[in-house]
Amino acid sequence: MSTAELSQMKSDADALFRRKRIFAFALPALVLAYFVYIFFAFDIPGLIKRANWDNAVTLASDSWSYKTHVTRDNRTGETDVVIEGERKGAYPEGQRPDWVTGDDIITVDLGGDTFVRLLPDRRTEIDIPGFGMIEAQANGRQITSNLPADIPDWINASDRRVAITLPEGRVAITGSKTEVFNYFPGWELFWFTFDSPYYGHGLTEIVFGPRIDPARANIVGAVSDWWNNPMWLHKNVVWAIGETILMAFLGTMGAALVALPLAFMAARRFAPVMIIRAASRRLFDFLRGVDALIWTVVLSRAFGPGPLTGALAILITDTGTFGKIFSEALENVDAKQIEGVASTGAKPLQRYRFGVIPQVVPILLAQILYFLESNTRSATIIGAITGGGIGLLLTQAIQTQKDWEEVVYYIILIVGVVMAMDSFSGWLRGKLIGRKD
Amino acid sequence: MTDATFGATPAGHTVEGIRADYMAQVQRRRLYGGLTLMIFVILMVSGFTVADSRNAGGFWDGLNQLGDYPGEVLAEAWANRANLPALIVRFLPALIETVNIAAVSTLVGAGAGLVLSLLSTRGLARWPRLTPLFRRLMDIMRAMPEIVIALVLIFVLGGGPVPAMIAIAIHTAGALGKMYSEVAENADLKPVEGLTSTGATWAQKMWLGVLPQVAPNYISYSLLRFEINIRASAILGFVGAGGLGYELRNSMSWGLGRFDEAAAIFLLLFGTIVLFDQVSSRYRNRLTEGHAK
Repeated sequence: MSTAELSQMKSDADALFRRKRIFAFALPALVLAYFVYIFFAFDIPGLIKRANWDNAVTLASDSWSYKTHVTRDNRTGETDVVIEGERKGAYPEGQRPDWVTGDDIITVDLGGDTFVRLLPDRRTEIDIPGFGMIEAQANGRQITSNLPADIPDWINASDRRVAITLPEGRVAITGSKTEVFNYFPGWELFWFTFDSPYYGHGLTEIVFGPRIDPARANIVGAVSDWWNNPMWLHKNVVWAIGETILMAFLGTMGAALVALPLAFMAARRFAPVMIIRAASRRLFDFLRGVDALIWTVVLSRAFGPGPLTGALAILITDTGTFGKIFSEALENVDAKQIEGVASTGAKPLQRYRFGVIPQVVPILLAQILYFLESNTRSATIIGAITGGGIGLLLTQAIQTQKDWEEVVYYIILIVGVVMAMDSFSGWLRGKLIGRKD
Repeated sequence: MTDATFGATPAGHTVEGIRADYMAQVQRRRLYGGLTLMIFVILMVSGFTVADSRNAGGFWDGLNQLGDYPGEVLAEAWANRANLPALIVRFLPALIETVNIAAVSTLVGAGAGLVLSLLSTRGLARWPRLTPLFRRLMDIMRAMPEIVIALVLIFVLGGGPVPAMIAIAIHTAGALGKMYSEVAENADLKPVEGLTSTGATWAQKMWLGVLPQVAPNYISYSLLRFEINIRASAILGFVGAGGLGYELRNSMSWGLGRFDEAAAIFLLLFGTIVLFDQVSSRYRNRLTEGHAK
């Protein structure tokens, strides 16, 4: 090797190194610059200012706890105890939690030596250790209280309304009513509401104990009362989950059934006519390019809200995707096997059945099952748009901005279902085409 | 060839025996195949019936009306075709926002997925005992539909692109993490051993020993994800997360008379998706096959 060649190689290597070095710095710099641009394009400083952290706190605390309202109507003087402020969660007449006592003077024990006393004549006393006794009197729409002018920031007082937020609970007094909110961990009434005879009974008691409701066997009655729980609506939730899975199943399988014959028309080996091939390929591109969102919008105009619309939207979008994947699989089919079948005198249809299908079935099944799982997720989103399935329940629960425990319940269910579908499709894939992963 | 060749064979190994066994097996397989097919057909038909009955509008009625909405949109867009270029320009910022959401969430998600995948791959993990934990974490992130996180974040942060971005990034991290870790499992460990002998830290070993091997596949998967994320970000816009989807919902909820806007948005979305599909599939082919065709 001559010196000239050597120096040429050296300078080449130097140039390569320089290029790589520039690349190694330029790429991260580019990404960084993009993030800076996004920082301002998405208005992140403004977002932080606008973000409602109180909402986040409500969400976080409400999702694992429930509140019980003790409400005294200041006009009629009647007091009721209601869970989550819903009529369906009201304690029945004569029944009260043990932290609410007294008849003329109702004492609410919020815990931590904090007491709220609902006195006759629309008076309210709140005894807070370390702060003292707050007295409030409601007169018509006016509230008079003994609060000093300089109040701490956990009290919000005007002549129309006094609101006190304590770690133990919350008190709100207006002219019309005095409300005490007491917080407890857990999802109350998840199993049974107060009108069910099984409320307050444990699992072993229901399964093995004596008959609670004389009309029904314990297990039958308990399951039916749980199923028809008016607060948590388990029946509707299960139906909604079923609808979501149904959308995914019908959409995926329907798309596979439609796409298979079309894929033969798009594969070079099986469709010698160029125009047919090009037409079916453009059809796939079109179906995929018009996104699921647009299909959903268009279809929901025609079919109205519901699971069928969602299923059809998945079906149409995935027909495009499956068509593309299937036709690629068909192009890569080994010709020897088809020749072998043809040599026995098989007709074209038989050639497809015994020469082609056995080769592509594992690939197709793997794809279909993979899409089944991913479509369960899409069905949740499509359900939120068209109005069907668990996606609808979720959006409704979030938009009403209360009952965050229900939102968390739905989220857990959705994630559980998707994970179950994932492992189910993986298991089925292993069964049908042999374990590979 | 006769069975005499085999000498004294057990009864089942004669030609007749084999044939009988074979026929029995074929029949059994046909039976199973038939049963599976029957169950499948029953599931499809009953599923369709249930879906049809729970839908607000019936299937056959809907089928007749299928063309109505696109027809109206097209007719109106055609009538106002002079406006179309102006409308497309007007919605261009929304389109850019949609693409930006997808791009940022792909970048962030790919970064997080990369770390998660290396932490959960056997042989490469920083803390081998914690691999099941990271795997579970990825499973949960993957199972979380974007809309769930987006809706919750919209409640806290208000509408806009950021909730969508975070939601898509979380799902992307889970999905890419799984694919990445499947690739990383097949990576050659010799470079890593070599780096270990020089006293490299874990991050250095991954950066210099593993990443160069897996980068083409990783980038290819990330590009595929980017395509998927463009669609996802358009959909999330529809529930209030900004971008094209949001504009589409607005133009639809105005009711009649705004179909030209809807048509412009349809057109933009369609064009964007097709464009990015084509570009990314070309680059992906180049990455996985080494060279451009």
